[in-house]
Amino acid sequence: MAETRYTKDHEYIRIEGDTGTVGITDYAQGQLGDVVFVELPTVGKALAKGGEAAVVESVKAASEVYAPVSGEVVAVNSELEAAPGTVNEDPAGKGWFVKIKLANTGELDGLLSEAEYQDYVKTL
Amino acid sequence: MRYLPLTETDREDMLARIGVTDVDALFSDVPNGKLLKEPLDLPRAKGELEVERILGRMSAKNTAAGSVPFFVGAGAYKHHVPATVDHLIQRSEFLTSYTPYQPEIAQGTLQYLFEFQTQVAALTGMEVANASMYDGSTGTAEAVLMAHRVTKRRKAVLSGGLHPHYIQVVETLSEMANDEVVALKPDVRATEDILAAIDDSVSCVVVQSPDVFGNLRDLKPIAEKAHAHGALLIAVFTEVVSLGAVVPPGAQDADIVVGEGQSIGNALNFGGPYVGLFAAKSKYIRQMPGRLCGETVDADGRRGFVLTLSTREQHIRRDKATSNICTNSGLCVLAFTIHMTLLGQAGLTRLAEVNHANAVKLADALSGVKGAEVLNESFFNEFTVKLAKPAAEVAEALAAKGILAGVPVSRLLPGAGLDDLLVVANTEVNTDEDRAAFVAALAEVL
Amino acid sequence: MLNRQGRPTQAGEGESQRHETFTGNKALQQIEPLIFEIGHHETTGVDIDKPAPFKSRLGKHARQGEIGLPGLSEPEAMRHYVRLSQKNYGIDTGLFPLGSCTMKHNARLNEKVARLPGFSDVHPLQPVSTVPGALDVMLELARYLMTLTGMPAVALSPKAGAHGEACGMMAIKAAIAAKGEGATRNVVLVPESAHGTNPATAALIGFSVKAVPARPDGTVAVEDVKALLGPDVAAIMLTNPNTCGIFEPQIVEIAAAMHEAGAYFYCDGANFNAIVGKARPGDLGVDAMHINLHKTFSTPHGGGGPGAGPVVLSERLAPYAPVPFIYVEGGKARLVEHKADAPEGNDPFGRMTAFHGQMGMYVRALAYMLSHGADGMKQASEDAVLNANYIRAGLADLMSLPFPDHPSMHEALFDDDWLKGTGVTTLDFAKAMIDEGYHPMTVYFPLVVHGAMLIEPTESESKASLDLFIATLRDLAIAAKGNDKSRFTAAPHHAPMRRLDETRAARQPVLKWEKPAPVKEAAE
Repeated sequence: MAETRYTKDHEYIRIEGDTGTVGITDYAQGQLGDVVFVELPTVGKALAKGGEAAVVESVKAASEVYAPVSGEVVAVNSELEAAPGTVNEDPAGKGWFVKIKLANTGELDGLLSEAEYQDYVKTL
Repeated sequence: MRYLPLTETDREDMLARIGVTDVDALFSDVPNGKLLKEPLDLPRAKGELEVERILGRMSAKNTAAGSVPFFVGAGAYKHHVPATVDHLIQRSEFLTSYTPYQPEIAQGTLQYLFEFQTQVAALTGMEVANASMYDGSTGTAEAVLMAHRVTKRRKAVLSGGLHPHYIQVVETLSEMANDEVVALKPDVRATEDILAAIDDSVSCVVVQSPDVFGNLRDLKPIAEKAHAHGALLIAVFTEVVSLGAVVPPGAQDADIVVGEGQSIGNALNFGGPYVGLFAAKSKYIRQMPGRLCGETVDADGRRGFVLTLSTREQHIRRDKATSNICTNSGLCVLAFTIHMTLLGQAGLTRLAEVNHANAVKLADALSGVKGAEVLNESFFNEFTVKLAKPAAEVAEALAAKGILAGVPVSRLLPGAGLDDLLVVANTEVNTDEDRAAFVAALAEVL
Repeated sequence: MLNRQGRPTQAGEGESQRHETFTGNKALQQIEPLIFEIGHHETTGVDIDKPAPFKSRLGKHARQGEIGLPGLSEPEAMRHYVRLSQKNYGIDTGLFPLGSCTMKHNARLNEKVARLPGFSDVHPLQPVSTVPGALDVMLELARYLMTLTGMPAVALSPKAGAHGEACGMMAIKAAIAAKGEGATRNVVLVPESAHGTNPATAALIGFSVKAVPARPDGTVAVEDVKALLGPDVAAIMLTNPNTCGIFEPQIVEIAAAMHEAGAYFYCDGANFNAIVGKARPGDLGVDAMHINLHKTFSTPHGGGGPGAGPVVLSERLAPYAPVPFIYVEGGKARLVEHKADAPEGNDPFGRMTAFHGQMGMYVRALAYMLSHGADGMKQASEDAVLNANYIRAGLADLMSLPFPDHPSMHEALFDDDWLKGTGVTTLDFAKAMIDEGYHPMTVYFPLVVHGAMLIEPTESESKASLDLFIATLRDLAIAAKGNDKSRFTAAPHHAPMRRLDETRAARQPVLKWEKPAPVKEAAE
C-alpha cells in the first residue's frame, strides 16, 4: 500500500516498500509555471536528506528539488528531458523525478501527511 | 541646463503636489550631516561648443592611426569600416534601447542578435553562439570557468601563444576562485609541447590561433589529446578577419571558441568597447555564460525572437548562475553584424585575402632589412620580427618619424627576455607607400 | 466630395477596423526576413580589389569550402537594419521608466566627441608617448568620479557594472589575503533585495553568500547585519539607494559595524543617479563602489551594452587596484600596465581585461560631466528624485505602495496588492502600457515585493510628459479595477508583435538560423 508524504518545500515522496518516488506537488508546479527543463542526478548517487536531488526550471525561475529523505538514487525519470511539460500535466504521476532507496525509514516521520500538507498550502 | 526640461515653476508646482516645501525633504533618509549643502569642487555647466573644444584639444594630442603608416595589432586591429555601419548603429531605436526584456517592442534588437549568433556560429564552425561577451579576454576567462563546470575539474592549461593580457585575466579570476592555472612560457615560434601538459586532472587547454606572435596553430591534435583525457579545447582568436582565410576552430573539434570581434565593425577606441565572440558545442549550452536569443512565435503564430535559457543567468540563478555577466556588447554586436552582412562570405574571403597578401608583402620587404628577421613559418596578417636593437626603442624612434610600427613584445611581456621582438600587423588599410615608408625608416633606425 | 485639386480631403467613411494586407506589412511596420533568407553567398556590400598573385604563408591552415554567410548589397543592408530599428522602443521614442536602469537622455554631443579620431582611432598598444590626450581623458574622468564619490582612488578598467562588482570584490579579497585572513573570511552578506549580480559576483570569486533579511519597511537594519557578523564575514554588498528606491537610513551604522568586525562595505552603485552632488559614498563609509557610466553618466545602453563600470576604492583598498592605472609623479602621468611596474606601496591584485577598459565610454561620460558641471549634476539628481516622487504622488491613491514610510529616491516602487481580485497581473499591466506608447517599468524586481513595479522616470522628462504618463497609468489602473480585462490580458494589441511564447523558446531552443530542409512536394 503506497503512502505519500510531503515537505514544506513542496516535494512529495510516495513510499512503496523501501523505495520512495520523489516529485513536486501540484501546488509547486502551479507556482513555477511552464516547466522547460529538468536536471536529474545520476543513478547510484547517494542523497542526504535535504540535499539537492534535482533542479527544475521554468522560463523565469529555477528551483532545487531537495531529497525528502536520505538514500540512493535507483531510478530517474529520463522522459522528462524530452518532455519537461509532464511535470505540469501530471506532477503526481508521470511527472516524477527520482526513485530513492530509503536509507532510514525513520526520517519519514518528520514529513507532512497529505492532510497536513494541504493545510499548510492553505496558509500560503 | 539644456538637458533638464523642468523649469523652476515646474519644480515648485511638483513639490507642492508631493506636499513638501523643499527638495531636500525628499532626501530625509540621508543620515544627519551627510547631505551636501554646497556644489562639489568641480567646474560649472558648459555649453556644447565649450565641451567640444575641451575634448577636441585632448583628442588632438593623440596620434590617430589613420594619420600615419600604422602597423600596430596584438589583439586590436585597424580595419576599414563602411560608413553605413556607423550611421545605422546611431539610429535612436538601436542606440537608446535597453536589453530586450519586453520582446514585443524589441524585435529589432532580438532579430539582429539572432542573426549575429548565426553568423558567429558559421564563422567559427560551431553549433551555437551567444549574444556576446564584453571582449575576447573576459570571454576567455568565462570559457575557462565554463569548462570547469562541464568537466567538474579546476585546472586550466594556457598556451604560451595566448595573448599575455588574456593570460593575466584568466589568472586573476582563477586565483580569486581558487582554481589552478598552468601558463606555459611565451612561445614565440609555436614549438611548445602543450600535449605533454594534458592529463586527467586538466579541465581545459586554451590555445590561440593566430597566436599573439602571429603563428597559425594546428588545433586538431590538441583537441584529440584533450578529449582522450576528458578535457576541453578552448580555441581563442583575436583577429576575427582571419576566419575568412583559415580553417575554423570548429572544424578542428574545439569545444568552446572565444574571439575578439573588434576587427569587424568596431573602431580601435584605445582598447574598448569591443565585442567578445563566444561559441560552443550545443551539448554544453546550459553551461554557457551570457545572453542567448532564441526563435519562437507570438500569440498570432508569427515568428519572433526572445531572450531564452535565462535560468543560467544571474537575475534568476543569483549565486548559482553560470556567470555574473549582466550586459552584453549590444551596440558593438550590431556594428559587427552589419559589417559582416555587408561583407558576406564573398567580401570576408576577399578582405582576408587582401590582409594576408599585404602582410606577406611586408614580411618579405622587412626580411630584406639588415638587422630584421621575420620569425614566423606561417601567419595571417601579423608576424613577429626579431630586431638587432630593443624593439621598444625602435618603436619609439619610428614613432618620432611618424610611423607606428608595431607592438614591442616587452610591452606585453616585460622581463621575459624577448625585448628584441616586434609584433607587426598589416591589414587592408596599409598601402604600398605605407610599407615602403616603414621599411625605409626601419633600415635607418637599425 | 473632391476638392479643386481632385484629392479627397475627408477621412474614409465608415469602416475603421483594420484590414489584412497582401504583404502582411502595416504601413511603417514592415515584416522583415532574416538576412539568411534574403542574402546570397555571392553578394557583397563592399568593394575590395583582388590582390595581385602572391605566395600564401597560411601553410596547411588555409580554409577549405564555404563559410555559409550570405551578404547584402549596401541598399539592401540599409533597408534591412532600418526596418529592424523600427521594431524597437528607445529613450528617443518615449518615456522609458525602467527602474534601476536609469534610461536618461543620451546626448549626441557625447557620440560626436567619442568619434573624434584622437579617441576612436587610437590603438591601446601604440607608444604611450603618442596618446597623452587619452591619458588626460582617463585622469580627468577619474578626478570627477573621485570628487563626486568622495573616494581617494578609482579603477577604471571594468567593462560593465557586474564586472566592476567583481573588481571591487577582488580588491576586498586581496586586502583580506594581505592581512592573512584569506582562509577564514569567506562569507559575503547580501540583502534579499539585491540585484542578482551581487550574489553571482560573490560566488564567482569564491565567496559563499548569506542573505540579510529585508525589513518590512524596505530597508536593511544594522541589528540584522550585526547578527550575521563574525570572523568569517568578508564584506557586505549593499545597494544604496537600495533596489526599493530608498536611501538606506542606517548605512553609516552598517558601515561602522562592518569595519569594526574587520570586514568591508561594498556598495552597489547602480542607483548613484539619485545622489550625485547630494551625498558622497566616501562620507558614508563605503570601501568600494562601481559606477555604471551607462546609467548615471548617460552613455547609451545600446540594446544591452556596451557598459562601463569603474570602481571607486577607499584608502584601505586602493593599493590593490588592478592594472592598468595611471600614476602621476612629479606632474607626469605614467601608464602602469604591469604589477612589477606598480609604484611603491601598491600591490595590484591582477588584471580585469585586456588593454585599458572602455575608452569610448570614458569620453562620453566625461562629455556628460563637463556639460552638466557640478551644478547641473546636482540639479539632475534632484530632478530625478523629484520626478519619481511626483509620479508616486500622482498614483498613490490608485496603486499600492509597499513602503509608504520612506520617500522615494529616483524610482518609485509599487506592488500588485491593488490588483488583487482583478485578474490582471503586473505583467498584463506592463503589456497594456506598451499599447499606450510607453515602455513598461521594471516588473517583478526587487524580489522582496510581490508583483513589483519599479518606476524610474529620470530627470530627462518634462512635467508635461510626467503628467500624461500619470494620467495614462491612472486610466489603466481604473480600467484594471473596472473589469476591462481584455485591455490587459491580451495586450499588447498594437505592438509589432503580440506576446511571445517563451516556454516554446526554452523547451526547444532554436538559437540560430538553419537552412530549411528541401520540400519534396509543392506546398499546399
